[in-house]
Amino acid sequence: MSGTYLGMPAFPRAADVSTRDTRLRANLTHATHTIRDKRAAAVAELDDWAQLRAAGAAVKDRVLRRLDHYLEQLEAAVTAAGGQVHWAADAEEANRIVTALVRETGEREVVKVKSMATQEIGLNQALEDAGIRAYETDLAELIVQLGDDLPSHILVPAIHRNRAEIRDIFRREMGRWGRPAPEGLSDSPAELAEAARLHLREKFLSAKVGISGANFMVAETGTLVVVESEGNGRMCLTLPETLISVVGIEKVVPTWQDLEIFLQLLPRSSTAERMNPYTSTWTGTTDGDGPRNFHLVLLDNGRTDTLADTVGRQALRCIRCSACLNVCPVYERAGGHAYGSPYPGPIGAILTPQLRGMQGPLEESLPYASSLCGACYEVCPVAIDIPEVLVHLRERVVEGGPVTRGGTRTVVKPARGHAAERAAMRAAAWTFDHPGVLRRGMRLAARTRRLHPRRLPGPGRAWSRTRALPAVPAESFRDWWRRTRGESPSGPTGERGAGE
Amino acid sequence: MRVALFVTCINDLLQPRTGRAVVALLERLGVTVEFPEEQSCCGQPQFNTGYRQATEPLVRRFDRAFRDHDYVVTPSGSCAAMVRDNYPRIGAKAAAEGRGRELSDAAALAVPKTYELTEFLVDVLKVEDVGAYYPHTVTYHPTCHGLRMLGLGDRPRRLLQHVKGLELRELPGAEECCGFGGTFAVKNAAVSAAMGADKVRHIAATGAEAVCTVDNSCLLHIGGTLTRQGSTVRPVHIAEILASTEGSVL
Repeated sequence: MSGTYLGMPAFPRAADVSTRDTRLRANLTHATHTIRDKRAAAVAELDDWAQLRAAGAAVKDRVLRRLDHYLEQLEAAVTAAGGQVHWAADAEEANRIVTALVRETGEREVVKVKSMATQEIGLNQALEDAGIRAYETDLAELIVQLGDDLPSHILVPAIHRNRAEIRDIFRREMGRWGRPAPEGLSDSPAELAEAARLHLREKFLSAKVGISGANFMVAETGTLVVVESEGNGRMCLTLPETLISVVGIEKVVPTWQDLEIFLQLLPRSSTAERMNPYTSTWTGTTDGDGPRNFHLVLLDNGRTDTLADTVGRQALRCIRCSACLNVCPVYERAGGHAYGSPYPGPIGAILTPQLRGMQGPLEESLPYASSLCGACYEVCPVAIDIPEVLVHLRERVVEGGPVTRGGTRTVVKPARGHAAERAAMRAAAWTFDHPGVLRRGMRLAARTRRLHPRRLPGPGRAWSRTRALPAVPAESFRDWWRRTRGESPSGPTGERGAGE
Repeated sequence: MRVALFVTCINDLLQPRTGRAVVALLERLGVTVEFPEEQSCCGQPQFNTGYRQATEPLVRRFDRAFRDHDYVVTPSGSCAAMVRDNYPRIGAKAAAEGRGRELSDAAALAVPKTYELTEFLVDVLKVEDVGAYYPHTVTYHPTCHGLRMLGLGDRPRRLLQHVKGLELRELPGAEECCGFGGTFAVKNAAVSAAMGADKVRHIAATGAEAVCTVDNSCLLHIGGTLTRQGSTVRPVHIAEILASTEGSVL
C-alpha cells in the first residue's frame, strides 16, 4: 500500500471534490442510512441505554484521571503473565519497535488484525520500507489494501466501494498478493466472501507473526480484548508464534466487570448487533496454547497531550464504534478520505487535530467540518460532546492559546488566514454591543436595499452560488416597534452606554 | 408576568415579520409583551466560529436588557440554545481565566427564564390550541438546535396540529440538518449546499405549500435554496402560522 495521509488537502477543498462524486455519494448514503437505522433499533431494545452510556463515560473518565496508575498496573500484570511491554511516545518509535520485533523473528511476512492504532502510525508502510510485507486480513481492510487505497470509515474501511468495484479489485489484484480470485468471480456477496476466505486461509496457516490492536486492556489481569465480526482476528491472534499488539494508552479499563458495560455499548453502536460474533481475550502467554511470544506496544502519539486539555480530553473516551460517522450529514456527503486521517467523521474532526497538533491546513480546517447539528453527540455511546470540542478547537485555531505538545506546555499562535475574519467577528460583536450604531447600520441597509447585489463577491460567493440572498425589508423590527409602540418601558436606554 | 421579546439580530434586520407575529400571537393570548431596546445579538455567530471572548460583552448586554423580566421569549431555537447551553460555559471559562464571576452570575440569571416560543406556549402558558387559522398544507423541519440542544420534542407539531385549516405533511429525513450551520455555510460551502439540496428535495416530496421551522436562520438557507431552484414552496416561521387567524391570514 503506497497511499499516505500526509499532504492531504484541507477539508473544504477535498470535500468539494467528493461531494461531486455521485457514485461515492450513492454508496455512502445507502450504507450509512442502512446502518444508522439498524443501530437505532438495536439501541431501542435496551431500557437502560442512558444508564449504560453514563456508566461507560464514567469508567473512561475514571481511567483518564488516573491513567498512570492503571497503565502501571497493566504493565505489571502483562509482564507477570509472560508478556513484554514496550512504551512508544510517537508513531516513529512505535514503528521502530514493531519492525525490530518482527526482524528478531527472522520473518518477512506478518498477518494483521484490523487495527486503528496501526493505521494511525502508518505501520504497514514502515514495515514495507523495512522489507516486511503486512497482510490485512479483515475483509474491508483487504479490499482497501488490494485496491492500493485508504480506509474511509472506522468500522467499514471500504464503505466507499460498491460490490462491482470490489469484484474488479479482487480479480485484478488478488493474484499479486497470494491466491488469485476464482475464475468468473461475480459480485454476489457470497462469492466475494468465499474468494476472500480462500485467499486469506493461506495467509493464516503460513504466518509466524501476527500484529493486532485491541479494543480494551484490562488492568487487573493484563488481558487484551478484540471485538470482531468475521473471525479473521481470532485466527491471527491464536495461530502465529509471535503476537505483537499495538494499543493506544487510553484503551485500558480497570476491571473485567467494566468490560460488561462496553461489550453492550460497542456492538450495538457499531454493527447494530446485540453481541458481536467473536470476542477474543488473551493474557500474556500460555504453555501449549497460542503464541509463544507476546509483545504489547503501548502507544502515546499525542494522547497525553490531549489528556492535558480539560475540554478536549473527552475525545479519549472514544471506543471507535463509528456511530457518529453513520449519522453525520457532513461525513455522508464528504466521504472519509476528505478528513485526511484514519479517523474520519465527527470523531476524526476532534481527534486528529488533537493527536497531531494543529500545525497544518488540514488540522486547522477539521474543527470547521461540522454544522454543529449535534447528531454525533446524541448517538455517542460514551457521551462525547463533539460539538463542544469542535467549538473549543475552533477557538484555538482563531485565537491560539496554551496547549501541551510533547508533554510541554506551550502557547500556540492563531492560525494564519483568519485575520480578516477575526476583525469582522470582533467588529460585528462591537456593533451588536452598540445599539445606536446597530440601528443606523440597519437603517442604511434598509434604505439601500434596492442596490444590494444578487450575488456576493469573496467568501460570500459560495453562498450565493446555490442560494438566493435574503432581501432586506424596508423596516427593521426595532424601528417598527418604535414607530407603532412609541417609547418602550425600557425606552431610550437602548442608546445608553453606546459609546458612540 | 413581565414577558420580554428577544427578537434576535437576524429577525430584527431580515425577518421583522416574525417578531411582529410573536407580538400579535402573545398579545392575543393575553400576554403583555415588552421589547427592551438594549438587546442585540446573542453572540452565537462569534461563539460557534471560535471567538468566545468577543461574545462576553453580548452576554453582559443580554443580562442588562432582560434582568428585570420574568420570562424572555425568542422565536429562535438556536438563539435560545445559545443562551441556555453556551452562556454557562462562557461564564465558567471567563471565571477560570480570572475575569470574575460576573458572567457566570449573568448566565445563571438568564438561563432559567429564556424560552423558545413554542416551549413558552406549551410549557408556561400551557396552550396547544392558540386559536390560529392557516388554510395551507405545511411540512415542519425540526431544526437541529431546537431538536437536540433544547429538546423541543413534538411541541411545535402539537401546536401546528391544532391550527384550523392546516394540513401537516410528514417530512422525510426530518431530523437531518439542513446544512446551514452559521459560518459552516460559507466555510464548507460545497457540503452545505449538498445538504441543503437534499433537504429541499425532501420538502418538495411532501407536496406541501409551505415549510416551517422555529428558526429563521435555517429558513434563510432553505428558502434561498428553494428560490434558486425555482420552487414555489414558501418558507414560513412557525410564529407567523400561529399568529394567523380567520380575520388575518399572514
